[in-house]
Amino acid sequence: MAVAAPARPAAADLLGVFTPEVFAAHLASQAALPSWWLERKRSAYSRFESLPMPRRTDESWRFSNIAGINLGGFSPAADAPAPGNRRAPEALAIAPAATLSFLNGRLSASTPLPADLAARGVVASAISGAIARHPGLLREHFMAQPQKLGSAKFAALHEAFIQDGAFILIPRGVEIDGPIVVVHEVSGAGAAVFPHTLVIAEDNARATVVDHFVSADLSRQFACGANDLYAGHGAKIAYAAAQCWSPEALSLQFNSTVVRRNARVQSLNLHLGGRQARHESLSQLQAPGGFSEMLAITIASGSMECDQRTLQIHQAPSTKSDLLYKNALLDRSRTIFSGLIIVDPDAQKTDAYQSNRNLMLSDEAESNSLPGLEIQANDVRCTHGATSSRIDPEQEFYLKSRGIPQKAADELLIFGFFEEVLNRLESEELHAALRKLIRAHLRR
Amino acid sequence: MSEITDTEQLETTAENPVIGIDQLAGDFKYDMTYDFDAGTGLSERTVDYISAVKKEAPWIREFRQNALKTFLSKPLPTHWASKDLETIDFSKIRYYLSQGLKPKRTWDEVPADIKRTFERLGIPEQERKYLAGVEAQFDSEAAYSNIKEAVSKQGVIFVNSTEGLRAHPEIFRRFFGKVIPTGDNKFSALNSAVFSGGSFIYVPPGVKVSHPLQAYFRINAENFGQFERTLIICDEGSELTYMEGCTAPKFSTATLHSAVVELVALKGAKIQYITVQNWSSNVFNLVTKRGLAHEEAQIKWIDCNIGSRLTMKYPGVVLKGRKARGEVISIALANDGQHQDTGAKMIHAADETTSTVVSKSISVGQGRATYRGIVHIPRQLKGCKNNTECDALLINTNSRTDTYPAITVRGDRHAVQHEASVSRVSAEQIFYMQQRGLTEGQAMSLSVNGFVNELARQFPMEYSVELKRLIDLEMEGSVG
Repeated sequence: MAVAAPARPAAADLLGVFTPEVFAAHLASQAALPSWWLERKRSAYSRFESLPMPRRTDESWRFSNIAGINLGGFSPAADAPAPGNRRAPEALAIAPAATLSFLNGRLSASTPLPADLAARGVVASAISGAIARHPGLLREHFMAQPQKLGSAKFAALHEAFIQDGAFILIPRGVEIDGPIVVVHEVSGAGAAVFPHTLVIAEDNARATVVDHFVSADLSRQFACGANDLYAGHGAKIAYAAAQCWSPEALSLQFNSTVVRRNARVQSLNLHLGGRQARHESLSQLQAPGGFSEMLAITIASGSMECDQRTLQIHQAPSTKSDLLYKNALLDRSRTIFSGLIIVDPDAQKTDAYQSNRNLMLSDEAESNSLPGLEIQANDVRCTHGATSSRIDPEQEFYLKSRGIPQKAADELLIFGFFEEVLNRLESEELHAALRKLIRAHLRR
Repeated sequence: MSEITDTEQLETTAENPVIGIDQLAGDFKYDMTYDFDAGTGLSERTVDYISAVKKEAPWIREFRQNALKTFLSKPLPTHWASKDLETIDFSKIRYYLSQGLKPKRTWDEVPADIKRTFERLGIPEQERKYLAGVEAQFDSEAAYSNIKEAVSKQGVIFVNSTEGLRAHPEIFRRFFGKVIPTGDNKFSALNSAVFSGGSFIYVPPGVKVSHPLQAYFRINAENFGQFERTLIICDEGSELTYMEGCTAPKFSTATLHSAVVELVALKGAKIQYITVQNWSSNVFNLVTKRGLAHEEAQIKWIDCNIGSRLTMKYPGVVLKGRKARGEVISIALANDGQHQDTGAKMIHAADETTSTVVSKSISVGQGRATYRGIVHIPRQLKGCKNNTECDALLINTNSRTDTYPAITVRGDRHAVQHEASVSRVSAEQIFYMQQRGLTEGQAMSLSVNGFVNELARQFPMEYSVELKRLIDLEMEGSVG
């Protein structure tokens, strides 16, 4: 019964549930928004339609479970989730300067900024509101950077279907102490959400932004999110994301960080949830003196696959980047770390570091490391390292001999392993909040 | 004592080479008349022709034909490898040339014109009386093959691939194409279809071959690819060191060299395989090398790549038996127009296996050096260890280096670590040496030699001298 193979794969394989009809319905629901925004969505959708699904031979998907990237069985999250099935997510234990909460992509609650900050032009609002008020900034920074890590198709899907997200603007010279917290919650089986957080720190501005991703139930969900961090000259952004999706979720998240002259961005991504969670992070160091610090902590358990792809591009001389990704692997989990440092031909005096540490806590877990370098300038300091090993048996023995039960000992040692990352955080409050999340996750 | 003095003398007379390959060695060509020539292009007919000329058994012909099908069906691996591969025109390559000479037993029987070519190459080994044997591959056939009496008395078989498969099928057929299956990659398939020449070696149980065996390869015809096939089997508890070096005359059109080297170390055996590769800068050097280490066996690849336009070579060890050990020492030097894409593969397949990879690369001018590696530790093993170190040195502002390792570890009973660094020659060092009267070029050369010194010391003495000389030559004109 051999039939001539079709020239291109069937639409269902290529688009999943995100068919032109579903897109038209989504667009109709957004009809109130300015036309340039809708036009952007249309062009994003046609990119999504035409780009191929990842293939086994794609280097940027090496070791990934491509069969798991299946866009079938979802639908864009409904407006009003059934209130009875919903449990309110536990808030992060921090005192925020402002909060924005999104439920299934729609702004559901917020606490406004203190009046003095608002008066100085700080904005923490929904993107839907900013489209009319700050079109120039959105055009310049929203999904404006190249997708170089393999997910151009899904980034286009994100842009086409984004319902709403957070728009955070810190004007020139304004410094904010407390963190701005953004909660992205998804509720309902099969719900697909497209969370977005855009942070623009103008020259010499300073702010801390925290994304908190939570599932209201343990069902299969799809999160296709993005965040754009832009640090103008001399600006300083501290960004942390706590990903606590349902253990059945499929999560694709794309980060883009732009670092200008003498600016500094620190980002820490904590990955706890998802059956398959892919995180792509691109740091572009565009002007001298820029510094990007990229941190991640993953606790992979059950049959979770955590797939992290990073790219540090040094485009200007005298820039610095420092990456430290630590994974703890339990049960039958898998992790993939694929990192690349690119030093452009003129980026002399680059100082780049990349390190991936895998703590193997189960005989069935699997870690994959692909730490890469592409260096085209000679006056540089670039090093990378990757290790995979278990807890030092001597340390384990020491704790046991002091009468500490196995489980508590393991927990202590895991915290010891992660402490190196958490200690990089300046905010003790954030440090404690993330620690608490990790502890709760380990004790589930 | 005398060895040390020798080395010192050689270092001081670096500009007047007596030993090793001088820079001009790659610049000449002798006219050759070939008795057998398969013509250009690759087809079933070419493969049949080669098989017929070599009077091969039917199973080998079938093996070649199947390999040809595999080669034709496989795409070029350009989704990860250099796009430069696309410039190879497989239809313009000669796949078999031979003067129809039978391997010679003694040096005296080798025809004078061929001898002259070897003299011109300045092969140092033939003059050294302590060397066991010379297997100098001249184009497709081994034109010279001399096994020292003592070695053959020990029961060591050292022949070329044709003779190995014809005279000793009971020994070689068992492992031939087993370590590197035909379909391993496109170029191993190509080699399996058209191989000729190379060395087949068998070392009986417990025999320790005290002198290194050597082979010297060269390419001497325009558009002529060389597809040697080497299979070394070390039986239980035996030991062998094998060295190969190569140089080729310079031609205007690209030449393809695609070898397959298979090593089998049975229980407790030790194999050390040393390569110094100095093909001319138009050669595509696409080589598959892999060893199979049984229980407590050790395989060590020492691999040095200085020549060629594009080298893609990742010597590997499959650690099949408990406590087997694999090691790769790799030195690569990439000059203008060169891409050295080298690395190592360590496949752990038994408990308590250990592997080490040390790679040092130097990029000069617009040269590009790439490290690509695989470390694989599958499920249900325990006590495996790997340690990988890659250091890259960049000489000029437009030099390039890449590192692409892939490390997979399953289970919690292993220890794996990978480290890499990129640096340049310290300006202070250069300044210091210039102050002491060295030119900038000499200082640079000395620094680079210092960078690889730790690895170069692991080479046999004459090879490390040759390596030093080659680095000096490559570094000439790299600064200023």
